[in-house]
Amino acid sequence: MDKVLEVNKLSKIYGSGCPSCFELTGPEYNTNICPRCGSVVAAHDVSFELYKGEILGIMGESGSGKSTAVKCLYFDQEPSSGSASFFNEGQQYDLFTMNAAQQRRLSNHRFGMVYQNPHLGLNFDISAGGNIAERLLMSDVDNYAEIRSRATGLLSRTEVLPERMDELPKNFSGGMQQRVQIAKVLATNPPLLFLDEVTTGLDLSVQAAILDLILEIQQEKQTAMIVVTHDLGVIRLLAGRTLVMKYGRVIESGLTDQVLEDPQHTYTQRLVASAL
Amino acid sequence: MSNSYPFGFLDEYAKKEIRRTTLKAVALPGYQVPYSSREMPMGRGFGTGGLQLTLSLLGKEETLKVIDQGSDDSVNAVNLRSFIEMTCKGINTTTKTHEADIIQSRHRIPEKPLREDQLIVLQVPYPDPLVVVEPSEDKRKTLHGEADYSRLLVKLYEDIVKFNEITISHRYPTRINDHYVIDPSPIPRWDVPKINQSKALILFGAGREKKIYAVPPYTKAEPLAFEDVPFRVEDFTDENSQRRACKRCGCTNSFLDEFIDSNKGEKVYQCSDADWCDEQGGSNITEDRTPEVTNESLENSNKAGGLAHG
Repeated sequence: MDKVLEVNKLSKIYGSGCPSCFELTGPEYNTNICPRCGSVVAAHDVSFELYKGEILGIMGESGSGKSTAVKCLYFDQEPSSGSASFFNEGQQYDLFTMNAAQQRRLSNHRFGMVYQNPHLGLNFDISAGGNIAERLLMSDVDNYAEIRSRATGLLSRTEVLPERMDELPKNFSGGMQQRVQIAKVLATNPPLLFLDEVTTGLDLSVQAAILDLILEIQQEKQTAMIVVTHDLGVIRLLAGRTLVMKYGRVIESGLTDQVLEDPQHTYTQRLVASAL
Repeated sequence: MSNSYPFGFLDEYAKKEIRRTTLKAVALPGYQVPYSSREMPMGRGFGTGGLQLTLSLLGKEETLKVIDQGSDDSVNAVNLRSFIEMTCKGINTTTKTHEADIIQSRHRIPEKPLREDQLIVLQVPYPDPLVVVEPSEDKRKTLHGEADYSRLLVKLYEDIVKFNEITISHRYPTRINDHYVIDPSPIPRWDVPKINQSKALILFGAGREKKIYAVPPYTKAEPLAFEDVPFRVEDFTDENSQRRACKRCGCTNSFLDEFIDSNKGEKVYQCSDADWCDEQGGSNITEDRTPEVTNESLENSNKAGGLAHG
């Protein structure tokens, strides 16, 4: 199988940091705030691999560091230590040693991020079609007719009526906005997608439809995805493998079925038991 | 009183800084070079950037032409010219495009092609074309550095969606030497192609925004557009598909100003470039030029009409 992403000992500390930060925090200490220096250890020693067409779930409660890990990989934040390699078309990119311009180029062309809040992923001052056009224009498509037809195709793929492509996203419902966001992300055909709590805050039927869409895209394009969520249902439906995080540490990882049916760590056991 | 001013009003250090900035601007076509815009005895936004460039570059016995939207006789041009005459003893002024060594202009490039030994200074109110899509200057500098103008192109895209045409009438974003996109100052679209491979050096001075940028001679200048929706200039054809002519000189290949004849109440068209109009034979006609339209009325007509006339 083709490896898409390899993450090695990724750590992120907010604050000055001290030598005992990692020793005095974590699930055993029930905190991620270092008692010596007061820094927050948002993520520590996160390592995993991701293969083509695979969906990796990262599960955990608020503040467990799951979003931080993904934001580091999408260059929204800078990690304190660790390394990550992205493999694409026979090339290997060492994510954290590239300069800012190379990072932006890679995230614009080869990565896609779908945020929980569509305001972060979409420009609400321009039309839905314009949002998609922006991604296409970034990757040097400069033919108006082609942009129109590709935007129409993407919107119909994500089941947004193409007749509404020239409307502003603020006129859309939450589920529709999320679909436009996904269409925008798909514009450049990225081999790697990050999905940060994409269904949180949507009603159940819309959630189901969005999750179906994500699965279809995975099947169709063999896109590798990292799904960050606190929702066990989402994990069960989407993810093949799962990491469970708590206080910035990965406390359990494995095949999703295994993790959910036979949880080893007490926290995971509690989490699974408390699920509705 | 004028004797107490140094030649060129500015002190030598100020002129030196502006010249060095200009050199840098020429070396980096289209890059907005910051400089410490000096206080001038006129409000910022009234052409202080262009004025500082002119004062720093003008030498004794050189000839200057100052125009304001094509006219040598409108308020901005007259006042700037008399200020420069007062503070630069020994220079000559002219209204003839071909006689000038330096042309300071507000919002027009003369119709007559410029030569290699000439230089045009344009007054710029807003130097950064990205200001409409990105409020933070820090982020704009990154976008310029990476030549990421996708958001400007999205603006053009939205225009075509709404109006079936790019509706920018002036300040048309133009890519210089395949990298930086500049705001070419509020010149009409008509003048944008003149920047491309221009024989004369084109300098842009934004006094209020403290930026100088340049398009060196023989440099590629390409207005942003789509492959299948190309850039086009104003179209001056009338209802009968006839190219409108200047009512004064009869010229049919110049940029025309539109205004209302106050006696008859009908629309009339006249060359915007006064010197060009005179040269085409307009000066033989006894009738005087219709007083220049005010900036406000022109801007309004730009907004309202855009490219609509024609």
